Amino acid sequence: MLKQCEGSHAVAEAVALSRPEVICAYPISPQTHIVEGLGEMVKAGDIKNCEYINVESEFAAMSVAIGSSAAGARTYTATASQGLLFMVEAVYNASGLGLPIVMTVANRAIGAPINIWNDHSDSMSQRDCGWIQIFAETNQEAADLHIQAFKLAEELSLPVMVCMDGFILTHAYERVDIPTQEQVDKFLPPYSPRQVLDPAAPVSIGAMVGPEAFSEVRYLAHAKQMQALELIPKIASEFQEIFGRDSGGLVRPYMLEDAETVVIALGSVLGTIKDTIDEMRADGISIGVLGINSFRPFPVSAIRRALSHAKRIVVLEKSLAVGIGGIVATDVRMALDGLDKRIYTVVAGLGGRNITRSSLHRVFRMAMHDQLEALHFLDLEWSIVNKELDRERTTRRSGPIAENILRDLGQTKSNVG
Amino acid sequence: MFQVRIHGRGGQGVVTGAEMLSIAAFLEGRHAQAFPSFGSERTGAPVVAFCRIADKEIRLREPVMEPDALIIQDATLLHQIDVFAGLSADGYVVLNTNHSFEDLGLGDLAKRIRPERLVAVSATDLSLKHVGRNAPNVPLLGAFAAVSGLISLDSVVAAIRDKFSGKVADGNIAAATEAYNIAKAAMEAAHA
Repeated sequence: MLKQCEGSHAVAEAVALSRPEVICAYPISPQTHIVEGLGEMVKAGDIKNCEYINVESEFAAMSVAIGSSAAGARTYTATASQGLLFMVEAVYNASGLGLPIVMTVANRAIGAPINIWNDHSDSMSQRDCGWIQIFAETNQEAADLHIQAFKLAEELSLPVMVCMDGFILTHAYERVDIPTQEQVDKFLPPYSPRQVLDPAAPVSIGAMVGPEAFSEVRYLAHAKQMQALELIPKIASEFQEIFGRDSGGLVRPYMLEDAETVVIALGSVLGTIKDTIDEMRADGISIGVLGINSFRPFPVSAIRRALSHAKRIVVLEKSLAVGIGGIVATDVRMALDGLDKRIYTVVAGLGGRNITRSSLHRVFRMAMHDQLEALHFLDLEWSIVNKELDRERTTRRSGPIAENILRDLGQTKSNVG
Repeated sequence: MFQVRIHGRGGQGVVTGAEMLSIAAFLEGRHAQAFPSFGSERTGAPVVAFCRIADKEIRLREPVMEPDALIIQDATLLHQIDVFAGLSADGYVVLNTNHSFEDLGLGDLAKRIRPERLVAVSATDLSLKHVGRNAPNVPLLGAFAAVSGLISLDSVVAAIRDKFSGKVADGNIAAATEAYNIAKAAMEAAHA
């Protein structure tokens, strides 16, 4: 049924329709509304056979999720930012043990400096943790991906992280088609675990593995992610058959066929990029965009195929690998190894900095004329940066950087624009 | 696409107002997107929220920088931030005040904007009267419906019922309806 609702609400409904049996989470902005919504639904008896477990931290949330998943329960949790970092040890254990937990990451920056706003630093910090990571472009897709995520996780016996932009999606009201229980039940069978702690057939899960077999176990984790490259499109097409919507998959091309310049991005910024591309196309510019839905596994072949005709690539990412530049861009370079294409990295939207059409027009046009530097920081205020660098050159006790910069900026700027 | 920016202060229902506006538009079969400016909202601090309304899917996620309409829930913001930034001469302004635009030092703006698109409503007084607390967001939506004609009062009422129930819904509906009528009368006077 079509509904005008908050993204968090849509996700909570999609998770509820997936018949979770254990939900354990610790609230953190901007994930809070999702788990609050689920908590209310469990309390009201709207989700049958489901236990909502209050935990004292994110570390506990993931630990409980590991326990309940190993005991054979369909398990869900959600977090963001520092919360994800706090649970990291357990996050690696969940994937290492092959437990099909589904977790929403409401993407948010990581401190210090403390910042509650959106970027992709949190989930990107976990890109090598062994979880599948899929990104939503809209709230409709966020809702749909959660339903797909349970199926994907349970088929592979691997945990899945559904990444959605904090605030930009979680707190946005827009139109979402909430599926029926019948549709979801038709798509998603009850959880049938590959491994389970069952007193009737006892096993232990979590053996210590030495040098004699550790590489093999780790290779199998990689092999499973490679299987996911086949499974993700298959699940998306099964989803389309039942729900009539094209959601998920590995990559999503837009205006790509003849495009000389191709932008690559993840998440909700794809919408603003598509609008910008429509305007540039109207001016006769040959440009398109490729959205990456599945970041882990990284769809190397699909990307290489999609970009075969492109002359230059602009990877626009809401993350920064300090000391080198792009995170997504590095992977894209690997996918395009040996091909003669210019690749530009544009770091944008860090800590909630707005990504506007006018800035995108400027940076895409610079790329088009090959006037962009290899690593570009969108809308960076160089005067502020240079002032601090100068201060550090001339003053030994130059003081804390964040405080200095805020002082230089004067009053906190209005949030408009 | 029609873009609305709502300015107010934490506690005045700025974000809820934008959400209700999007619900009202949705109920009329339009596509709508509402979102806050994502600050660490505190009671009394300036808050901005946005609503876009269109006939096709809204993909754009940037803040509304060139609004077609402004709803200003707190006139004291006029001295603090440039609430009129980006507003075109064809834009609408709905302001919560019991003063005239001239009294507020907005005489120049009043000359720039088409008079029938500029309305001042004592939304705080209306919400105190009907709801019992300072919640100017809902009556301002009623006034916005009257001035813009973009959504009907019925849809505003339905959006109120979507968000609230019981006495709170009834009070807000009364406040929105009275604001609608005041704005309608003011518009007709401006036309005359």
